[in-house]
Amino acid sequence: MATKVYMEALSPTMEEGRLVSWLKNEGDEVKEGDVLAEVETDKATMELVARGSGLLRKRMIGDGDTANVGTVIAVIAGADEDVSSFGGGDAGATAEAPKAEASPAPASASPEARKADAPAADEKPAEAPAAQAAPAAEAQASTEASADSGQQNGAQAGGGRVKASPLARRLAAESGVEIGGVQGSGPGGRIVKRDVEQAAQSGAQRPAAAEAPQPAQAAAAASSGTAYHDLALSPMRKTIAKRLVQSIGPVPHFFLTVEIDMGEAARLRARLNERFKDQGVKVSPNDLIVKAVAAALRRHPWVNASWTGDSVRFYDQVHIGVAVAVDEGLITPVIRDADRKGVAEIATEIRELAGRAREKKLKPDEYTGSTFSISNLGMFGIEEFTAVINPPEAAILAVGAIAEKVVVENGDMAIRQRMRVTLSCDHRVIDGATGAQFLQTLKAFLEDPMLMIA
Amino acid sequence: MAVITYREALGQALAEEMERDPDVFLMGEEVGVYNGAYKVSKGLLDRFGEERVVDTPITELGFAGLGVGAAMTGLRPVIEFMTWNFSMLAMDQIWNSAAKLLSMSAGQLKVPVTFRGPDGAALQLGAQHSQALEAIYAHFPGIKIVVPGTPADAKGLLKAAIRDDDPVCVFEGEMLYNLKGEVPEDPDFIVPLGVAEVKRRGSDVSIITHGKMIHAALQAAAKLEKDGIDVEVLDLRSLRPLDTDAILATVAKTNRVVLVEEGWPYGGITATVAAIIQEEAFDHLDAPILRVTQADVPMPYAKGLERAVKPGVEHILDKVNRVLYR
Repeated sequence: MATKVYMEALSPTMEEGRLVSWLKNEGDEVKEGDVLAEVETDKATMELVARGSGLLRKRMIGDGDTANVGTVIAVIAGADEDVSSFGGGDAGATAEAPKAEASPAPASASPEARKADAPAADEKPAEAPAAQAAPAAEAQASTEASADSGQQNGAQAGGGRVKASPLARRLAAESGVEIGGVQGSGPGGRIVKRDVEQAAQSGAQRPAAAEAPQPAQAAAAASSGTAYHDLALSPMRKTIAKRLVQSIGPVPHFFLTVEIDMGEAARLRARLNERFKDQGVKVSPNDLIVKAVAAALRRHPWVNASWTGDSVRFYDQVHIGVAVAVDEGLITPVIRDADRKGVAEIATEIRELAGRAREKKLKPDEYTGSTFSISNLGMFGIEEFTAVINPPEAAILAVGAIAEKVVVENGDMAIRQRMRVTLSCDHRVIDGATGAQFLQTLKAFLEDPMLMIA
Repeated sequence: MAVITYREALGQALAEEMERDPDVFLMGEEVGVYNGAYKVSKGLLDRFGEERVVDTPITELGFAGLGVGAAMTGLRPVIEFMTWNFSMLAMDQIWNSAAKLLSMSAGQLKVPVTFRGPDGAALQLGAQHSQALEAIYAHFPGIKIVVPGTPADAKGLLKAAIRDDDPVCVFEGEMLYNLKGEVPEDPDFIVPLGVAEVKRRGSDVSIITHGKMIHAALQAAAKLEKDGIDVEVLDLRSLRPLDTDAILATVAKTNRVVLVEEGWPYGGITATVAAIIQEEAFDHLDAPILRVTQADVPMPYAKGLERAVKPGVEHILDKVNRVLYR
């Protein structure tokens, strides 16, 4: 009987594969388990193995060609079998799902996974698995679905699908155990209740997971007697966790700190506030910092940029996200084109946006689209800290408190208003010197604000 | 409580209900003068007379129809089939009349008839006389189905069937007639329709079954106990109405299920129960639901083949071990 060779899902996320090279020619004899070809997945180059024996009668794609997962790319059949019905490389003729559990085939790794991963778009509905039909005299054997298909270990049976009993999945979700990390002890590596219980006991808990719904304010006392209470996650808390983990995980951070003298800035601020007094505008140090950062970004495009995976994206405009603490979280309203706005305009806009942020009345376009962010904890007396980059931005500036400090100038001690800022950089975009030059410019702008218009 | 046979328990139920309610009468082949083909009605003719214990010709369709008609007019007939194998001649009366008249008359016509008789394979009676037929009757809405597995349940369920205002089919275990057990003597003892019973409490795996097969399940449970396996055996007792709550409760308790029935697998009771479990208790399952049934073939006559085809303790042990991943 002819065996179709499918482009298989050789990685959990693979949607298509590039056939690097065929290792068998048309007409070659192949045995089940032989390596037919090398396939480049989205992650690595893997071996594609024959699922049946016979002659490799037909290859439907060539070296270097790409095929969607689930596409028939070759046919293995006997020498005299008619394989003319198999067209060439026809993606539409795809997924007649490989017979599921019907054949006691070797642990050729769950065809279900292949089926599941196959792109659904242009497929005809998969044919039902030809399993349990047999009206065999041995009815006792007729009702098994999946048991005993193979003895491979590890629940990631194939294609990355985690095999777990429904109960095990539910228990894992309830107890916060990451099911993918549990070793299955059931048939074919299926994760069952006892495995999840063991994992939960051995503390394989994930850190306060986002999804696990918890009753709000469920007060409880742990078995040790320590009192605690759980607060249900707000959507915002979940989003912060998701975003920041996204960041600190794949984004390689490094940090640069510089101390800036804010004396001139303070004097400028006082003059501005005097000038705008009758308009009700009050400029804060932070408003000046936003303006200075925006101006500095204009001169350092690498800091006003993003990593896209296959390019660095420079933004033509400078949109500054300003982190605002709100009840139970934070949000970053965006000052668009901050480099083109005056300090008074920036001050007014921040005041207005921050007010509505605290009332949770920001519109989405008011807190998205920033190209650089500033987080200021100065008002809390924090002298210096590092902030986590808000992807896809390439950097964020952490601003500390302005404090009077004794500094040495020209051999004399003087009392100055000093502030420390720390730039967190995505090293994929920004190198140390790039970041340092940006901070130099920023320092110069704040220490001598006139330079901003120079 | 007196220890009596399943057969005697059924006889007691008939006698008590005929005593209690003059509208109750028994009709069927050999029920009177011969005291019943299986002696269930022993002594009833002498006690209640020819008007209430009626011998019929070999005419299943006819006397089943008489029963349905009598029930429509207010009597409470008990129709005995010599075995359920012969009831197939009366299908139209049971499925198209008894089961449907209440619904088709918008509730005006009650049909409080009881059909009863032995069911299931005995030993070497051939393909036509060795059938467990409860599943095809359970297919029809409008009839209640009970399958007693013990003497006490036989008495309690038959009495409940006679008192019920709907048609009820009582599938008695042919191989259980000599089974002895404690049976309550209270004339108002009944086993309510639609209530399953846990025949053995356990925590590791549930065997859900009914009728004769509860004994194979209990034997398997006793063997597994020696291996430290704690088996729960749930006896459905009624197939319609089905005690879904009891089914879901035992699944939630043990998370592993083996379903056992004497009949065939295709469209069987176990198939329905499996569907209910996966629909309602999917997240409680730690293993696939497995079934033990008769092999999907007509019953062979040859002794060795018959043994191979019938579901038994060994088959149950095998499936229990599989759902326990042993």
